[in-house]
This record gives sequence, C-alpha cells and structure tokens, in this order.
Amino acid sequence: MSLLKIDSLTHRFGGLTAVSDINYELEEGGIYGLIGPNGAGKTTVFNLVSGFYNPSEGDIIFNGERINGLPPHEVASRQIGRTFQNIRLWSEMTVLDNIKISQHYQIGYGIADAFFKTKKFQKRENEITQKAMELLKIFKLEDLAYEYPSNIPYGIQRRVEIARALSLGPKLLMLDEPAAGLSTADVVELIDYIKWVHETFKITIWMIEHQMQVIMSLCEHIKVIDFGKEIADGLPEEIQNNPQVIKAYLGDGEI
Amino acid sequence: MDSTKINEQKKHINLWPALVFGGALILFALVAVGVINQYIQTVIMFIGINIIMSSSLNIVNGYMGEFSCGHGGFMLVGAYVSSALSVLLFTDSSWVGHSLLPPSTAIFLFPVVIIIGGIVSAFAGLLVAIPSFKTRDDYLAIITIAANFIFVSLVNNLEFVGGSRGFMGMKNAIYAMEDIIRLPYMLIWTVTFAVLAVFFIRRLMRSTFGKGISAIRYDEISAEIMSVNTNHMKVVAFMFSSGLAGIAGGLFAHVLGFINPSSFNIMKSTESLVMVYLGGMGSLSGSVLSAIIFTFLLEAMRPLQILKWVLIPLMLILLMQFIPEGLLGNRELTDVFPKLKRFFRRRDI
Repeated sequence: MSLLKIDSLTHRFGGLTAVSDINYELEEGGIYGLIGPNGAGKTTVFNLVSGFYNPSEGDIIFNGERINGLPPHEVASRQIGRTFQNIRLWSEMTVLDNIKISQHYQIGYGIADAFFKTKKFQKRENEITQKAMELLKIFKLEDLAYEYPSNIPYGIQRRVEIARALSLGPKLLMLDEPAAGLSTADVVELIDYIKWVHETFKITIWMIEHQMQVIMSLCEHIKVIDFGKEIADGLPEEIQNNPQVIKAYLGDGEI
Repeated sequence: MDSTKINEQKKHINLWPALVFGGALILFALVAVGVINQYIQTVIMFIGINIIMSSSLNIVNGYMGEFSCGHGGFMLVGAYVSSALSVLLFTDSSWVGHSLLPPSTAIFLFPVVIIIGGIVSAFAGLLVAIPSFKTRDDYLAIITIAANFIFVSLVNNLEFVGGSRGFMGMKNAIYAMEDIIRLPYMLIWTVTFAVLAVFFIRRLMRSTFGKGISAIRYDEISAEIMSVNTNHMKVVAFMFSSGLAGIAGGLFAHVLGFINPSSFNIMKSTESLVMVYLGGMGSLSGSVLSAIIFTFLLEAMRPLQILKWVLIPLMLILLMQFIPEGLLGNRELTDVFPKLKRFFRRRDI
C-alpha cells in the first residue's frame, strides 16, 4: 500500500481550475519531486494535501485513511510535516518554543492542568521539552535553543523550519521550495542536509523545487505539472529530456 | 540548557508568593488599623478591577493579536448576573421578595456568585469567538463593537433588571456579610481575584498549551500546520478573557452598589484598550502596571468631569502615535530590568 495516494484530484477557485485530475502515489521511504513553471498549481496541490483547501473532486488517501476535508491541524496530527516557500517560523518565540508548540496534537493536558500545574501537566511539559531538546541535538541546533529565529541566518532558519516540521514525527515531509532564496553554497549544503534527514529519520519526502540541481540530485521520481495538469511523470533522466517539459519551461520557439 | 545554568537558576529565590502575600497582609493590616480611609480603599479596589480588565483583554489583544473592543460588554454580563444572583439569594427586596438563602451564607457563597457571573460571561464570549474563526483584524473589531452594543441595548430593554434606570440592592448582600463579621470584604475579594487572575493568566501563557495562543498571533497558518487547533485556542482565549471581564464586572457592581447599562458601553471598552496599549501588548506585567497608573490618572482627572472622556480617547491617540508598543512592548518587567530575575525564578519546564 502506498503512503500517500492522490486520486484524480481537481480543485477550482471559482471558474479557474487550478488543479485538474492529478494522480500520484508516493511509496514509503522515497524522495519525490513536484515541478512545473510558475503558477502551475504545485503549491495548490500541497495546500490541498495539508488541508487548507477542500478539493472540488478527487480523494487524498494517507496511510489508508481519507484525509480530504480535514482541517490542517488534523492533517498535521496524522503526521504530515510541511514547510513553506517563505519561512514561517514564529520569529518572536525561541527556537525551543517553536519546536515545542508542534507537540500540540498530543499535548495530553487541558487548561485546568496548566492553571494548577498538576502532575500530568508537569510530566507532559517535561517530556515535551526533553523531546524537543533531543531533536535539536540531533540537528546540532541545541546552541540556538534559546535564540529567536529573527536573529539566525537565513540558511539556518531553513534548517530550523525543517527541524520543526520533523518534530511532528512525520511519516511524510512536504518541502515547498526548500532552496528558495539560498545562495549556491547553501544549496549544496541543503542537498546534503535533506539526504541526511531522509536517512536519519527514514521518512518519505515530497518536494516542490525550481532548482534542477536539487531535484536531480535528490528525487527518485518526478511529476511535472503545468496549468494544473500533469504533463510528464518519470525518472529524473526521463524528465530532463522530455520535449513537453522543455516546452513548458522554455516555450516552444514561436515568438 | 546545560547543567550549570540549571544550578544557577535553582539558587534564585522565588519572591512572588512572599511579595504578594506580604503586600496583601500589610494592606489589610493598615485597613484594620484605620490608616487607609474609605476613599483610598475604593481606589485600591478599582485598581484590582482594572488589573483584571487589562490583563484579561491582553490575552486576546496582546497574546493572540486579535482586536477586541467590546470588553465592556462582557463586564456588563458578569455585573448583571452576579448582582441579580446576590439580590435573589441573599437579600429581601421588593424585586423578588424574600431571600432564597439565609443572608449569612453570603460569606461563603459571595465568591461563588462572582464566579458564576464570570462563567455566564465566558459563554457570552462565544458570541465573539465563533465569528473569529472566519474573520480577523478590522472585521473582528467591528463584530466585538457590535457585541458590546447588543449587550448594552439588551439590558436597556430588560425591565425586570431595571432597564436603563439601572439595578441596585446587591450592596445589601455585603451588609449582610458585615453584620456577621466586620471585614473589608470587597477589598479582600477584589485583591484576591486580581492576584488569581494574573496568576492564572501567567501560568496559562507560559505553558506549551497556552503558547498555542501566541502562535496564532505570530503566524496563524504556521500554527495550523504545526497541529495547533487554532479554532479551539481562539475559543479558549476568548472565553477565558471574557470570563475574567465578567468577574471584574461582578466585583465592580458590588463595590459601587449600583449599575446601569451605560456604565459598560464603548467607553468602558475604550478604557480597557487604553490600559492594554499603555502597558504593552502581550506583557502581563505591563498590563498590571498600566492598570495602576491608569486608575490613578482617572482619579486625578475626576475634577475635570466630562472633559475626562475627551482626555482618555486622546491618550489612546497619543499612545498610538508616539509609543505604539506601550510601556513594556511585549517584554516583561524582568526583561527590561534583568537584575529583577534574581528574585523571580524562571523555570523552563
């Protein structure tokens, strides 16, 4: 059984069909890519999977469970982690708090426990802090635990954001243009970093990316969409030489 | 955090309980001896009520980053519910006749009555919480103003609680209590409730659960994607905030002994807003500080009478122009004066 199955997914914004009839099956443990020119509907596909939109047609099956129509926090609690094109850390909270808050789906206590600092509250808060610190150690970010994201270099912020997404303990990690805004040197590091995350946490990764270097050196399977429709699907080498993909990216030569 | 840091923190003494209990004891002792006259007692009670109002509005406007301007409406709900209960339960009145309970039970049941007022008010908060799922910012501000008007006009037209003429008689419950043991009950309860309100807000906002509320302020989409149920957190924040406003309203009613709907109109909400923005959004110590300053200011402006209502909104305008972040911004006193940290232990559990 595949981890994530997208079945003839279609989404319309009013009269505009942003995504039409997309099918995709992600097997457990792979790294998958979703590419396409600007405005092709890639992020819309991600937003549909993570629950920001309810698809007009089609189904999203995660781990054997239909998840379309669930609000984003419910999708997140089913262990789908995600990052954004522009970094969305809580910049006014410490890195540690950023990581801790993502334990909300298994917080295990209520408001009254917080008021009276019950045993349950103390036990859970301790566990949450320890878990967060352990994760930061794995990522070698423990020195930044009490730092605010706004004081951290952009490249490191990306890593913190990925670490935060992983603190959900996800089975599937969705990266929306992880290399956006990074320098060439940072991009090379990011590639190694994503490889390392993939090996260390044994998770499935699905990414949107524009930089071919990233896609080609990481992904084992790629889907290309344009104007919301699938135009190609296959191994990186096949995609690279697919005339339709080249046409979508570069135009067809008629000026 | 490395172990040396933890050890260092353990050396810090937590002065909070000593400060609060010591201060309260000294206060009550001074009242008992008769050093503090009735007027100063009333000012202290208003400080207590204003601390509850500003710190509770700070949950929504500061920590959560929404804009509620109908806090007076929730105060009204609490004031009327607890006043009506007081009169109904503890006093013989022309309104409902004989008291339902022996007046002496007021000694134990008075705080319960105030809390019931708060609970009813918390449910009134749902009226604002539910629209907040879909709207934010300006639109939500309009909804909260509308809610404030709804509560005021509703009570204006409810003849059985006096309509626009107002409602009184709850003071008799306090007199009944004083007949048994002479104590400054209202002073005791306003101070107690103010301390508890700040204490519980602090505990909530420092827990991982409560930090979900701040996460909404900094990035709501991020909060959702990181598994924070933002709708649930909004309900928690609005209900807790309006519940505390209801408690403040109940105390206010019993301090004054007379309430009418227009005491809780948009002016009251503006007062709360001024306090929150004066203190700093998301700063609990700022809210406490500004409530104290603001109450003194109001008392100082009392001779100006109607001109006061020109000066308070003017203050809000000047605040927004010159110090939009308030006295403390979203920092706490211990962040502004790090040396204070030595006395107030911060535990990162």
